[in-house]
Amino acid sequence: MIRTFLSACVATACIAVMAEAQTVAVTNAKLWTGEELVEGATVVIRDGKVTAAGDEASVPSGVEAIDAEGAWVTPGIFSAFSRVGIVEVGAEDTTNDTAAPMSTFGPALQLSDAFNPLATTVPVTRTEGVTRIAVAPGFGSSMFAGQGFIADTSGEPDSITEEKAFTFINLGEGGAGLTGGSRAAAWATLRAALADARTFPARYIASDEGDALGRLDAQALAPAARGDQLILVAVDRASDIRKVIDLKNDNQALNIALVSAREGWMIAEDLAEAGIPVILDPYANLPSRFEALGSTQKNAERLIEAGVNVAIAYFDDDSHQARLVLQAAGNAVANGVSHEDAMRAITSAPATIYGLDDIGTLETGSVGDLVIWDGDPLEVMSAPTHVYVNGVEQSLESRQTKLRDRYLSLDESERPMGFKR
Amino acid sequence: MKHALRIAGAAVLLMSAAACGGNDSENDKSNQNQEAAFNKDPYPSTYEPYPSNPILLQDATVYDGLGSVFEHYDVLLRDGNIAELGENLEVSDDVEVIDASDKVVTPGIIDNHSHLGVYPSPSVSSLQDGNEISAPVTAEVWAEHGAWPQDPGFTRALAGGVTSLQILPGSANLFGGRGVIVKNVLSRTVQGMKFPDAPYTLKMACGENPKRVYGYGGGRFPGGSPYSRMGNLAGYRSSWIQAQEYKRKWDKWEDEGGDMPTRDLELDTLKGVLDGDILVHMHCYRADEMAQIIDMSKEFGYKITAFHHAVESYKIADKLAEEEICSSMWADWWGFKMEAYDGIRENIPLVHQAGACAIVHSDSDIGIQRLNQEAAKALADGRRVGIDISKADAWTWLSANPAKSLGIFDQTGSLEAGKDADVVVWSGDPFSVYSQAEKVYVDGALMFDRDNPDFNPVTDFELGQPGEGDMK
Repeated sequence: MIRTFLSACVATACIAVMAEAQTVAVTNAKLWTGEELVEGATVVIRDGKVTAAGDEASVPSGVEAIDAEGAWVTPGIFSAFSRVGIVEVGAEDTTNDTAAPMSTFGPALQLSDAFNPLATTVPVTRTEGVTRIAVAPGFGSSMFAGQGFIADTSGEPDSITEEKAFTFINLGEGGAGLTGGSRAAAWATLRAALADARTFPARYIASDEGDALGRLDAQALAPAARGDQLILVAVDRASDIRKVIDLKNDNQALNIALVSAREGWMIAEDLAEAGIPVILDPYANLPSRFEALGSTQKNAERLIEAGVNVAIAYFDDDSHQARLVLQAAGNAVANGVSHEDAMRAITSAPATIYGLDDIGTLETGSVGDLVIWDGDPLEVMSAPTHVYVNGVEQSLESRQTKLRDRYLSLDESERPMGFKR
Repeated sequence: MKHALRIAGAAVLLMSAAACGGNDSENDKSNQNQEAAFNKDPYPSTYEPYPSNPILLQDATVYDGLGSVFEHYDVLLRDGNIAELGENLEVSDDVEVIDASDKVVTPGIIDNHSHLGVYPSPSVSSLQDGNEISAPVTAEVWAEHGAWPQDPGFTRALAGGVTSLQILPGSANLFGGRGVIVKNVLSRTVQGMKFPDAPYTLKMACGENPKRVYGYGGGRFPGGSPYSRMGNLAGYRSSWIQAQEYKRKWDKWEDEGGDMPTRDLELDTLKGVLDGDILVHMHCYRADEMAQIIDMSKEFGYKITAFHHAVESYKIADKLAEEEICSSMWADWWGFKMEAYDGIRENIPLVHQAGACAIVHSDSDIGIQRLNQEAAKALADGRRVGIDISKADAWTWLSANPAKSLGIFDQTGSLEAGKDADVVVWSGDPFSVYSQAEKVYVDGALMFDRDNPDFNPVTDFELGQPGEGDMK
């Protein structure tokens, strides 16, 4: 027992040392700043923040720099929509906190309560270069899924960047199903809920119930209803998107971004004019639902061309495969998006949507999330060689690499596999 | 998850045209009996290659799909077949020459695990025809009877360079039913897509899905059998015992005549496996379960052609090589269910390195559109741990190996003179995320051309809908 205790102490001490932000300098980088590409650049990170970046930046004396030898250097990749760290095994309900179908709460559900920085999905995501994740609740029994959060992928106990980053609402077919069976019911519920939240707490003095929301749900939705919190809306059909644009035009203070928006390209100009950004999955090109008949991989290109701020995410297995956001962005390029816009869509664009000015970029003052790559980050055969979060170099190990290393050789002539690690 | 359920092995009988054709010897009593007994190919392929003019793909980088790559090579397609490959081929006047000097030419991709048609788009309840969940053993159902040929997913797969695919029943059942192998050419009927002379296959499923669907069925506790992995094995074995008895009756009747045995649709399929006519494709994730299933196949005397999903094949790659069983795999899916928890990105290269048959499969209407990228990821991940595999070798995962697993390698799956001209012209290196299939030929006929809207087929379902004819 004593020995166990001691070794735990040692391990803790090691982690504490590793986690201390050092001064990091990378030279000779092909630097994507989050906004532009700069060849021959240097990046310096001190105490977790970028202190210099660009082709004019220099390495402070006494700091040993990493020569990138012309390799790609980017801000840590930002997954604009994921379920990383809230699911261990998708089909095992006890390990899956995405949705709460038996809960009576809606907007009051705060998903950051469920985040586990030590989930195996966190290092699996991080080792592919994704250092920031937006984590969204799933829809259980309400069109209001609750509040999502932003975190880094360091696995540290304090890795949540913003606890109540957004509230998540379902419209279209999903919202209809959750509110009584019709889009009309979803919109009636949404209007009532926004009214409840805007008038919180006044109308709750006499009663615990509003027209649509209980006291705690109204309290939780109040910042979004007043424009102080981002509202993510899951929606696909052009006519449903148009309704969201109308909502925004009638309530200019609302801060709305769309998730999915399969038919967004059909009304791209209107979205651009309304200043509504879109988080989309560029793979979505099948008419998988009647509300998504116009699905095409050209959606991203057409929205960007119209001036919509587009972030890219991978929706299919968003808990375990959020790392595929890079491949998704590469496919967006194959389908017409410029390389710069695709890079923007997985770095600075998500940061601007979530209002995090110092993330998703490598400029003076940016958070020290940095990745060095062995090739074009969007290429499927490329991978990170170094990953930094908040200026701290990260391990490139995960449970997956340990399994791999155990089974690289199948020789167990001396001892069973269980002795190999 | 939806795909968790779809991933099942289905048992399918091989009652191919070969099995029922050509037996007209007056003296062969056995065959005469068999002929008289019943038609083993009652839903025959009506697919015919579409007309094509001779085409020369000139000066291309060519992966032959057998492990070789040739630079500045020409490929001649004529009469639906690959006529010739070589340098500076001579061209007659009737040949259309296509400059492919900055292109890459490969065999068409073959996906041996798809649910297109049986779980089509749109994903509405009326079109969910891929799992006959009514009982754990439904070897009697055939995927071709549930497949909808108007699934828009076929056109998307075509744009991804897929020229043939196996449509499988889902993985709810121990024995899910027969699969069907099709050419990826739109047709008014399923028969019009069926790959001529392809064997039948049987889908079976290991592990979590059958016991969840039946043991925990409908939320009752307990549901029915199987409730555990023990029940799974007992269920397969009981069926194989019945199939052996059934086979004995038919063999005896064929030898001795007398009253014809009563037909049993379910056992027809299982007997087809025992006869070696039907290929077994079995959904199985865990290494230890695959080992049990291998022993079971020996107990009853049949061959497993491929384990599907096989996320733990890397743990027993040596045994799979020894048993000559293919693994149909994703590059990197993991963790969506407990039996997928140990998935690693190096599964495919580790299986390949052990000398076992590796296949990249999709099990997804999205994944099927970029299987070349899945191979690229697996290749790169293997190389990072010192497994040196060439791109040319990696292409065997996409065409030759799946073709072998489907019993169609004598017709397609590689670029060899005399084979079906199922060919893709890529805009560049197909191991790059930026490359796309530009032209896709099936039996020498141009079926997709990214630069020509006239060669961008539209299913009935998408006619008159938003985005009809759009580049998808």
